[in-house]
Amino acid sequence: MPDRQQIYARTLELIEPFNKKGAAITEATRFAQDLEWDSLTVLDFVANVEDEFDVIITMNMQAEIETVGQLVDALQRLTAARG
Amino acid sequence: MGDLFSKFDPLIEQRETLLQGGVTDPFNLVMERVESPTVAICNGKRTILLGTYNYMGMTFDPDVIAAGKQALEDFGSGTTGSRVLNGTYVGHKAVEQALKDFYAMDHAMVFSTGYQANLGVISTMAGKDDYIILDIDSHASIYDGCALGNAQIVPFRHNDVEALDKRLKRLPPEAGKLVVLEGVYSMLGDVAPLKEMVAVSKAAGAMVLVDEAHSMGFIGERGRGVAEAQGVIDEVDFIIGTFSKSVGTVGGFCVSNHPKFEILRLVCRPYVFTASLPPSVVATAATSIGKLMDSADKRTHLWENSKRLHAGLRQLGFTLGTDEPQSAIIAVIMPDLETGAAMWEALLREGLYVNLARPPATPAGMTLLRCSLCALHSEDQVGEILGMFAAAGRATGCIS
Repeated sequence: MPDRQQIYARTLELIEPFNKKGAAITEATRFAQDLEWDSLTVLDFVANVEDEFDVIITMNMQAEIETVGQLVDALQRLTAARG
Repeated sequence: MGDLFSKFDPLIEQRETLLQGGVTDPFNLVMERVESPTVAICNGKRTILLGTYNYMGMTFDPDVIAAGKQALEDFGSGTTGSRVLNGTYVGHKAVEQALKDFYAMDHAMVFSTGYQANLGVISTMAGKDDYIILDIDSHASIYDGCALGNAQIVPFRHNDVEALDKRLKRLPPEAGKLVVLEGVYSMLGDVAPLKEMVAVSKAAGAMVLVDEAHSMGFIGERGRGVAEAQGVIDEVDFIIGTFSKSVGTVGGFCVSNHPKFEILRLVCRPYVFTASLPPSVVATAATSIGKLMDSADKRTHLWENSKRLHAGLRQLGFTLGTDEPQSAIIAVIMPDLETGAAMWEALLREGLYVNLARPPATPAGMTLLRCSLCALHSEDQVGEILGMFAAAGRATGCIS
C-alpha cells in the first residue's frame, strides 16, 4: 500500500498533462477555480487517476473533492480500504 | 442583496457578443409554416429541414393524422390527470400494446416525454447503495436521472469497452449495478459497441439499460435499434425510447421483460406526478409505431441518404464526426462557435436548417452543425443540400 507522500507525488504527475496554465501545484490548489478545469477535463483526469490507483472515484465523491490535498486524502482512504 | 441571475452573466455576455456581430440567433428560429417532414417556411423562405430527428417522416402520414383527429373528437383535448388516477384512457393502453408488439417484450410503460422516461426509470431503479455506470457522453436526461436519485455514479470513457469492464470489476461484487448506454449518441451520430458492452456488463452481474432514442424505427432489421442490429436485444434489461423522433409526436417509454416491471408505475415519481399524454398524441403514436414495423423500404432509403450526404460532405472538405456513416445523424465539426454560427446562418440563407450544437451539450468542447436525415428526403433534396453546404462553406471560408 503506497504512503501519502507517494500518492501525492503520483497525483502531481497525473495533473501535469492537464495543467495547461502551468500553475504551481500545492495541496491547497483547487481543481475548478485555480486550474480552471471544466467538467470534461475533470472526467478525463479522474479516469486516469482511477486507472493508476485501481480505484473508483464516484461522481458523488468527486462532488466533495475540491483541492489536490482532498483528492490525495480520498485516494489514501480508497487504497487502504482495498488492502 | 445578491441577484440570483448573476451566475448567468458569462453566458449572457457570450450571447451578446455573438449577436452583436449581426448573426441571426441560432437558438431562436421560428417555423412559420411546416409543409412536410422535410420542408418548412422560416423567415418567409422555403427551408429544407435537416435537423429535426424526424427520421422516418411520420409527422404528416395520413393514417397518423386521421388517428389523431379521431381521438381528439372522441376523447377530447387532454386527460387532465396522472396515469395512476384519471389519466389512463384506452389509447394509453393501446400505445403500450403497440410498443410491446414492436419490441416483442412483455412490458411497456409510457411517460409524458422521453426526458421523463430516463429521469424516472434511472432515479427509481438505482437506490442509495447501488451503482450506475454510465458513458461520459450520456444525454442530459440520463445525468439528470442520476442527479434525481441517490445511487453512486461511475462514468467511463465514451464507447470504451475496457474502461467499462475495469470499473465494473472494481465495484463490490454484491452491489446492485445498472449500466446505462445509448444505441446512437446524438451529438456525433456514432453507435455504441453494445455487443461487447452488454457482454462485460452481464459478466459483472449488472443490469443493462439502453437508450435507443435515435435508432428506433431505423436501425436493426425490424427497427428495434442498435441492440437488435448487434444481436443483443434479448440480453438488454430495459430499453428507453421516445415518440419525439421516428414516431413523430411527443412522449417517452421504457420496455422490458423484467417480471416485476409493472411496480414502477406506483413508485416512479416522474410517471406518477405529471399529467398523462393527450389522447390525440397516444393515438398518433400507436398508429405510427404500427406502421414503423413494416418500413423496411424507408429504412433502406434513409441509409442511402445518410451514406450519400456523408460521402458528399467529406468530398467537399468538411470534417465529420464519424469516419463512416453510422446512423441518420451526420455531425459537421466547426472550428469554433463564431464560425459555426456564421455557417449556420449562411445555410439558413441558402434555405437549409441544421442544428447548431455547442458545449456543454457537445463532447470535448466542440461546435457542431448536426444534420439529421429523414427517410422522406428525396434524392434531389440530398443533392440540393450538398449544393447549399458547398455555397455556404465557401462563403464563410470553412472550405476552399
